[in-house]
Amino acid sequence: MKLSVDGLLVYFPYEYIYPEQYAYMLELKRSLDAKGHCLLEMPSGTGKTATLLSLIVAYMVEYPETVRKLIYCSRTVPEIEKVIAELQNLMAYYERNCPNPPPFTGLVLSSRKNMCIHPEVSKEREGKAVDGKCYGLTASYIRDRHEMDSETPICQYYEGFTLEGKESTLPVGVYSIDDLKEYGRSRNWCPYFLARYAIAHAHIVVYSYHYLLDPKIAQVVSKEMTRESCVVFDEAHNIDNVCIDSMSVKINRRTVERSTNALNQLTKLVQDIREEDTNRLNEEYQRMVQGLKDASVQRETDMILANPVLPNDVLTEVVPGNIRNADHFLSFLRRFIEYIKTRLRVHHVVQESPAGFLKDISSKICIERKPLRFCAERLSSLLRTLEISDMTEYGALTLITHFATLVSTYTKGFTIIIDLDDKTPTVSNPILHFSCLDSSIAMAPVFSRFQTVVITSGTLSPMDMYPKILDFDPVVMSSFTMTLARPCLLPMIVSKGNDQVTISSKFETREDTAVIRNYGQLLVEVAKTVPDGIVCFFTSYLYLESVVASWYDQGIVDTLLRYKLLFIETQDNAETSYALMNYVKACDCGRGAVLLAVARGKVSEGVDFDHHYGRAVLMFGIPYVYTQSRILKARLDYLRDQFQIRENDFLTFDAMRHAAQCVGRALRGKTDYGIMIFADKRFSRQDKRSRLPKWIQEHLVDSFCNLSTEEAVQLARRWLRRMAQPFTREDQLGISLLTLSQLENMEQEKLERQAQGKQGVGGEVQEL
Amino acid sequence: MTTSSEDVLLQMGEVRYKKGDGTLYVMNERLAWMAEHRDTVTVSHRYADIKTQKISPEGKPKVQLQVVLHDGNTSTFHFVNRQGQPAMLADRDKVKELLQQLLPNFKRKVDKDLEDKNRILVENPNLLQMYKDLVITKVLTSDEFWATHAKHHAMKKMGKTQEIGVSGAFLADIKPQTDGCNGLKYNLTSDVIHCIFKTYPAVKRKHSENVPSKMPESEFWTKFFQSHYFHRDRLTAGTKDIFTECGKIDDQALKAAVQQGAGDPLLDLKKFEDVPLEEGFGSVSGDRNVVNSGNIVHQNMIKRFNQHSIMVLKTCANVNTGPSAMTNGTNNANGPVSQSAYTNGVNGKASASASTSNSSLDQADKDEPQIKKQRLIEKIHYEDLGDPVTELGENGKPLDNNAKSKQFELSKVERYLNGPVQNSIYDPLYESESLEEVQYKLVRNSESWLNRSVQRSVICSKAAVNALGELSPGGSMMRGFQEQSAGQLVPNDFQRELRHLYLSLSELLKHFWSCFPPTSDELEAKLQRMHETLHRFKQAKLVPFENRAMHELSPLRSSLTQHMNQLLRTANSKFITWKERKLRNNR
Repeated sequence: MKLSVDGLLVYFPYEYIYPEQYAYMLELKRSLDAKGHCLLEMPSGTGKTATLLSLIVAYMVEYPETVRKLIYCSRTVPEIEKVIAELQNLMAYYERNCPNPPPFTGLVLSSRKNMCIHPEVSKEREGKAVDGKCYGLTASYIRDRHEMDSETPICQYYEGFTLEGKESTLPVGVYSIDDLKEYGRSRNWCPYFLARYAIAHAHIVVYSYHYLLDPKIAQVVSKEMTRESCVVFDEAHNIDNVCIDSMSVKINRRTVERSTNALNQLTKLVQDIREEDTNRLNEEYQRMVQGLKDASVQRETDMILANPVLPNDVLTEVVPGNIRNADHFLSFLRRFIEYIKTRLRVHHVVQESPAGFLKDISSKICIERKPLRFCAERLSSLLRTLEISDMTEYGALTLITHFATLVSTYTKGFTIIIDLDDKTPTVSNPILHFSCLDSSIAMAPVFSRFQTVVITSGTLSPMDMYPKILDFDPVVMSSFTMTLARPCLLPMIVSKGNDQVTISSKFETREDTAVIRNYGQLLVEVAKTVPDGIVCFFTSYLYLESVVASWYDQGIVDTLLRYKLLFIETQDNAETSYALMNYVKACDCGRGAVLLAVARGKVSEGVDFDHHYGRAVLMFGIPYVYTQSRILKARLDYLRDQFQIRENDFLTFDAMRHAAQCVGRALRGKTDYGIMIFADKRFSRQDKRSRLPKWIQEHLVDSFCNLSTEEAVQLARRWLRRMAQPFTREDQLGISLLTLSQLENMEQEKLERQAQGKQGVGGEVQEL
Repeated sequence: MTTSSEDVLLQMGEVRYKKGDGTLYVMNERLAWMAEHRDTVTVSHRYADIKTQKISPEGKPKVQLQVVLHDGNTSTFHFVNRQGQPAMLADRDKVKELLQQLLPNFKRKVDKDLEDKNRILVENPNLLQMYKDLVITKVLTSDEFWATHAKHHAMKKMGKTQEIGVSGAFLADIKPQTDGCNGLKYNLTSDVIHCIFKTYPAVKRKHSENVPSKMPESEFWTKFFQSHYFHRDRLTAGTKDIFTECGKIDDQALKAAVQQGAGDPLLDLKKFEDVPLEEGFGSVSGDRNVVNSGNIVHQNMIKRFNQHSIMVLKTCANVNTGPSAMTNGTNNANGPVSQSAYTNGVNGKASASASTSNSSLDQADKDEPQIKKQRLIEKIHYEDLGDPVTELGENGKPLDNNAKSKQFELSKVERYLNGPVQNSIYDPLYESESLEEVQYKLVRNSESWLNRSVQRSVICSKAAVNALGELSPGGSMMRGFQEQSAGQLVPNDFQRELRHLYLSLSELLKHFWSCFPPTSDELEAKLQRMHETLHRFKQAKLVPFENRAMHELSPLRSSLTQHMNQLLRTANSKFITWKERKLRNNR
């Protein structure tokens, strides 16, 4: 349909529209108009992606000067591919219905692992191996060598691309990964580098978070994005963790050993080269002297190692004198590694700030801050000079130099913790954590660089937390609910078992057999009642393991197997994938299955259990993060000092967003239906309940908040009977689904009010 | 009704029947009761007549045992041992247990057989008719009929028995019971064994290897129960365990399957992460899940649960390819399930062209993006929002929706509809040749068309009218139609009877002709028998029918049975030649 959103003509590629989609478009348009950032929460399964794309594309058509580019970031590869599929839908709609369809090019960028079409390189399964092999075929010196001696293998696709591809532009269209591969094959061009080039000119770019947030990649890939871009972070409920992860470093003894080995290797190489060909080293030295460190950066294939610091922090000065010479640099590194080695020789936990660390390092081994900052840069230059194409050996050394650069660049928002490994109390195996505490560090350049940043997800409640921890000022902050023609979700809080024993995963009672038994009985009862697939989430993998073991002893597993097959997430991804596939198969063939998974695990983050794949989700306990971790404590302290966020608030926020994320997996649309069981007494407390997304809260009435197993199953039974009735589009029309004419007739304000529920905008924080 | 010829298996005194005291005898083939001080048997039930036995519930003051007969009658025996309730119970239980052993033997033999036959006849009207025609008229004996003519049906009936699915909890159903001292007792039924074999082929192999050559059945199962299979929390129990190897085989199979990957891009966790963090990067948030509990027992157990479920699922996947084939559109190339033709159709192309497994593998590779796309579109599709654009783009670039119609793409539709056709017809060479020929002929012909002048008539008008008359209904050329419609003149009941006759006859003839060449004595005997049967058939069925037809349908006369007679004659002459030849040879 073609609809008008606040005067903007939007092509929406479906016949009908949900009211909340319309409301979402209004809010989005407001923030685009204001050229500001926004934070929008809309339940999963209400067509968020289609809404976002159609509005922003329409905006780009209407105001090509204001928004030139859409950068859509999502988290997992399947998500990214879904976005591209939606975009293809939309553009096909434009083509058919718009008199002059916009000549937009949209494409996806993914890692080499997913995009490579080289017959041998693409066989590798590990992303790192693909990168390495690709580097070994496309690095500039390899290609130079090939000119001399045609025996040296190179990549025909890359050569094809450099010959013709760089000048030509990609024909207008929307390209998924497979389309790009297909196109690359037909042209004999490398799809990866084609995409890397094309994103600079494309109107719509879809890629992973990391390409924008991880400084190591962002600097290489996303350098030339225009300011007039709209950046969308979809599924952004975990965005702070992505920011932090990309800037935190762990170093243990093995890392140190490996880097020492690599260092020895390098020293030998340098010596060899000195004997053969001193020129090369001299040239490099000259380059350093003249400050031409960027001379070779222009060659994109050489950029396998990038600087870990953010673009605006990268120094533009000349490499300091004491590490210009290769030998000097190596001995410099050796000293640094020795220093780390001594620091790792501790028997108690040490925590210090980067500043303290720098002071200590300069007093002990006389290493100044400035050369440290150039470490990463200098090493990559050296590796390039030495023409090393196999990077696998130098991973540890690279890590150490990254650490050096990071620790000397950022003095605020980071901490250094030398922790002892708890697992093996007898063997001391200390780990040096260089941990980022402030997620806004990685986000800041994005917010400042781009005109509009949209942060959206199905579960962002409580929303006021995100502006704080990401340190930005949203112009629009809105939470939408799901308008429903029938109550297709049934959230319940089960607080006690049939024997009235309180169930809770809190630390004191989690190992209690009565609690575990009650959890088991709850699951068995649900398995009896609910058809098809059931998914259960545990608070941690350890807890899952111990509960399953006790269930086996108590015979609960056997009873469960009478009703449904049992699949369990393991720590091995491949194994879990296989189990998942069988879970799906069991649901498909009508046998039904139970999947036990872990909150914060891969399954909870990336797999949808729509329709019969998940008719019920059980959340066993509140998925608090492991609170005894010193890194977490440091982060909590930092948050309290810097952002005035109380520890408890943050922990609850974190736990509840993961809980919401888990239970939200079951509901993937308005025709879908699912039961959500929160099995922990503590969920019924106001501070927990109020932090659930509004679309769940609305259905969680007071009478459902303190149920026993039996009562919950009774309710579920009645509800399932109701849900099993036929449900047609006509039932939804006018309530949760609108035609164009209905939309036009309804008042805008009324619509908005409906979509946002009766309460005010934004999540509210209750006192503890 | 004497009982002297039978062994008395159990004699139980102090049993009351209809308020009279007496003794209960459990004998080889019957249950009998004799009143006290008499020597005639008052009650005597053949085991074959007994449907079930019932006992009074525990705790009731009266200790009774009731036998229910097939005709609905019952006899109740009341145990009145003077030594009190426990003794009564003991008496009763003795009888009960003995009966329990005895009854099944008789029951199955008699009832099941008849019931089965009855059911087969009811389900197959043709067979029933044949039975009526052949057995009741004494052309064949009943045994002969079942042995030769209905064998196929009986067999099919057997094979058609519904495959019993495997319960997920079949291992749990073997509940161990302590037998008082230090031992455990497991209840192992044939169903459970069947389940175990089906789910764990490796165990089956072990079983066939070891039993009975190396160890008795019971020892095998004892070992099984001691193994880690059964106790999932146990790690492999030493090297002596014969199941250690099974475990390894299973693990390897699982590993191979895991290596092969999930097929479905939306479920493959390995491929989720686009740009994984470099080694050494990352922080605490992910850490906690990576923490290894180090509890190998638990991890192993979890692995076994997964394995168990997967294997149970596999057993049902092998049976009902129907639904699983449907889902296979999404996850092809995962082993044994994906081979049905229907699956191929869903997956893409070439369902009709005989594809070897090799080519289908290639196909899978090629189709992967297609399938992936299909899956994605399914995922982003909101049924209530209405269909997104469903046509091709203008420039003919296949848009995603095109994939929808691809769902069932056949490379050769006519083959799908008509089944395999001889390929030579499509031989391109041949075709082009004939095409040329036809063209040539056409040209030649058309040349002559021009020569024909309008005035010169091809045929005189009178002859044409005549010919038209002949070809109209009633004309001499149209006789054939009338003759055909003569079939309508035959009354319905005659038609039906004729059909039945044909059925029976062709069945008999089939067996008759199948005896040729009679290479063995058995076959010769059968041939002889069949010949006689055919003869009897003619006398008992065909001749009376002919007579009746003669009588009632005079215009048709023998034309109705003409063909049947011919068939019989041919068979007869064949038999006679064979007989003569045989005699000559013998001489």
